[in-house]
Amino acid sequence: MATPERPLSPHLQVYRWQITMTLSILHRATGVVLAIGAFGIAWWLLAASASNARYTQFADLAASLPGKIVLAGFSYCLMYHLLNGLRHLLWDSGRGFEIKEFYATGWAVVVLSFVLTAGIWMFALNSGVAA
Amino acid sequence: MSAPGKSMRDPLAQARGLGSAKDGVHHWWMQRLTAIALALLSPWFVWLLVSLLDVDQAGVRTTIANPRCALPLLAFVLALFWHAKLGLQVVIEDYVHTRWMEIALQVAVTFACALGALASVFAIMRIVFTT
Repeated sequence: MATPERPLSPHLQVYRWQITMTLSILHRATGVVLAIGAFGIAWWLLAASASNARYTQFADLAASLPGKIVLAGFSYCLMYHLLNGLRHLLWDSGRGFEIKEFYATGWAVVVLSFVLTAGIWMFALNSGVAA
Repeated sequence: MSAPGKSMRDPLAQARGLGSAKDGVHHWWMQRLTAIALALLSPWFVWLLVSLLDVDQAGVRTTIANPRCALPLLAFVLALFWHAKLGLQVVIEDYVHTRWMEIALQVAVTFACALGALASVFAIMRIVFTT
């Protein structure tokens, strides 16, 4: 702990809200959600490898309304984390550090994450079963 | 650190165990490598899932058993669980300040991600060799 005489670094709550801070914490939050989702993929693969009955059970669960809601959540998290991850890789290359660029790429991530998620679901729901 | 010249211990003894082990950026680098792999493989995986929506277990097995699917799928699950482990590790390091809890969580996360990766690889192999 800091000793009382030392100046304290201002904590988050003293700053005016900026989209960049929300995007930053969302990257972590979606990452944690996707880590849970990874086990769903393992579950899917195990079901496919087990038996027809087990796979049908899994597929029915995934196609149910609660299943679709969970999958919608995972798909949005994936699109967000993927796009914002590309933003991180851009920074790693030493680019995109102008304030204007932070905002432009940030808003692009927000808009594209919704557009891509909607696109995937429109395609999935139109192409068959899920309906 | 005591002022230079005051300590009776030689500089090497003071630095030992605290300094670089030449793996300072290993975590960072592996997180980026797995991120690049996942940025390439995730869109393909989403496409795979959508294309398998109305396919029964036999069809899913046939698709996965093809090396053109099995190999990228293996790469995907390995990169996925590795990336998940690295990300969760940092989240725990940042937010869990009770030492025993932090260590217990790190152990649990590492074991869970290893198990998830092994289960996925096992399931894919089982499909490949029994289809």
